[in-house]
Amino acid sequence: MSIGATNPRPYLEIKDLNVRFETDDGIVQAVSDSNFTLERGKTLGIVGESGSGKSVTSLAILGLHRARSNAKVTGEVWLDDEELVSATDEQVRKLRGGKMAMIFQDPLSAMHPYFTVGSQIVEAYRVHHPGVNKKVARERAIDMLARVGIPQPERRFNDYAHQFSGGMRQRAMIAMALVNDPKLLIADEPTTALDVTVQAQILDLIRDLQEEFGSAVIMITHDLGVVAELADDVLVMYGGKVIEKGPALDVFQNPQHPYTWGLLGSMPRLDRDVRERLSPVKGSPPSLINLPNGCAFHPRCPYAGRNGDRSFTEVPLLRGDTHKVACHLSQEDRTQIFQQEVLPNL
Amino acid sequence: MLAYLIRRLINAVITLLVVTAVTFGIFFAIPKAIGSDPALLYIGKQSDPAAIAGISAKMGFDDPIVVQYGKFLKGIVAGRDYANGPDVTHCPAPCLGYSFATDQEVTPLLLEDLPVTLSLALGAAVLWVILGVATGVLSALRRGTFVDRAAMTTALAGVSLPIYFTGLLASAIFVYWLEWLPQGNYVPFTENPGEWFTSLILPWITLAFLFAATYARLTRANMLETLGEDYVRTARAKGLRERTVIGKHALRSGLTPLVTVFGLDLGALLGGAVLTESVFNLRGLGYQALTAIRQSDLPIILGVTLIAAFFIVFANLVVDLVYGWIDPRVRLA
Repeated sequence: MSIGATNPRPYLEIKDLNVRFETDDGIVQAVSDSNFTLERGKTLGIVGESGSGKSVTSLAILGLHRARSNAKVTGEVWLDDEELVSATDEQVRKLRGGKMAMIFQDPLSAMHPYFTVGSQIVEAYRVHHPGVNKKVARERAIDMLARVGIPQPERRFNDYAHQFSGGMRQRAMIAMALVNDPKLLIADEPTTALDVTVQAQILDLIRDLQEEFGSAVIMITHDLGVVAELADDVLVMYGGKVIEKGPALDVFQNPQHPYTWGLLGSMPRLDRDVRERLSPVKGSPPSLINLPNGCAFHPRCPYAGRNGDRSFTEVPLLRGDTHKVACHLSQEDRTQIFQQEVLPNL
Repeated sequence: MLAYLIRRLINAVITLLVVTAVTFGIFFAIPKAIGSDPALLYIGKQSDPAAIAGISAKMGFDDPIVVQYGKFLKGIVAGRDYANGPDVTHCPAPCLGYSFATDQEVTPLLLEDLPVTLSLALGAAVLWVILGVATGVLSALRRGTFVDRAAMTTALAGVSLPIYFTGLLASAIFVYWLEWLPQGNYVPFTENPGEWFTSLILPWITLAFLFAATYARLTRANMLETLGEDYVRTARAKGLRERTVIGKHALRSGLTPLVTVFGLDLGALLGGAVLTESVFNLRGLGYQALTAIRQSDLPIILGVTLIAAFFIVFANLVVDLVYGWIDPRVRLA
């Protein structure tokens, strides 16, 4: 299977991924030169604000941009030694929902309102197991519903999505995604639409199922708490680019990019005085049609002028060994700023 | 569900009552208010005061409007007797009175016209739904391409061109120029199904063209919206084939809004497609209504209005029931 026995390809490898959308307003460069890898049994957290390219990246892995005529995806997506960007629609379709599956953010809108939850799971199973009869598929679906912790699965099988509570709906969505034992599971903000208490249950569920199936998991979120809890590695995206990546512990304890500092600073914390205000990242996300010159983050970066004009003219490269960052500040400056200005306020 | 149905039926009956009351009021009260006498309309040019008084008494034109309305309703439910002393005429239920112009019973007259209108409306409906939906779906799937633009331009023309233009043009081309279709009038299905079909082809196409255009635009808009829904993305993410994604997941919700429009359109047409029937000389309810209006034949106008209202109310009821069947969220609400 693998090309070189000495250096096998990672289970999932994204190389120079670019996603562009042609719109009436111009070309939206949603993802630029994205690179990362993921092994089975590991979890990768992708964080960033809305429009940073997190979801677009995951949809590109699943080949879901193919349905949009104005989308252009270039680069390479290797899944289990198979390249997906250049593969045919039919090849990718067969992998979708089978080897790779996705859990969506809002399970109410992500489930079809006119079909029962059970029938939607059965459909997902049978498309990848064409020989299986309805009865077996139904048993499998009920089994999955039970597995994700839905009480009375035989009865709930015949219910519609709107008859489920938010948490149960997300469980059903997970059951649907996992019905074919996917080796790669992408969860796109799976807990955003849920109550805090339910969030924890869902995250536990994903973690348990990951251990059981040995899947590789991509967890897309803007909630750093979720990443801290689940991820082995973290990818921070900004303006369609990966601006920091590394082992989760490293990124949290020693964040390198000013944007990552901002994200950490904007997290509410229980051990802080409630009267203290959160410090959000100032400014608004960049337009993907017309990215700022140089470092895309420079209009919002408090430290942009520190190293001369480079931030305004030159796009910073992602550099480093295991913990990489795309920033023009020198290592010394970053360490100093983080220790003296950022850390005391976190 | 049963309670819902009963509630809806009661609503439907009330709606029909209101419609008949208003129509009855307009057509019977207004002549009286402006000093014209319905009996005169009934009897025609004859001006013998005794005859007019006799007709007035027999038809009940002398009664107060409310009494007349009550008798009219009774006639529909149980039939009624028109009596002037020993001169009694029985009109069996559902009695809609007698035509002023021909002195014929209105109900059998309209029942005779109904098959023409039914044939026209149902045939055209089948055609326009197939044509409109197919065009709309194709346009949505090929959004922005030549196919889409051509289809939508044609649809715009279809919506804009009046029946009497497309109808006459079609007649000129297919009947008189190419001579593919026979000249001639409506032939009942029971008489000769083949000729029934050929006699209706052009009216069907003409009427369907108009409606198909609207449906194509509506279908396209609905499909585009549905194709952007999260659950369609989920269907693709599950690895379903594109034809399942479109044909099952997207179409099911993309076409639902059409049910409402279709129900109302069909309901309205069943009350008579005035223009189409006139252009093609089809003696249906619309044609009958038009003639009746010209002749101030109030009972027929009232009868056609009642039938039209009945079909619209009935279609509305069917639409709501079908909706509940299609969309489980409505069913439980």
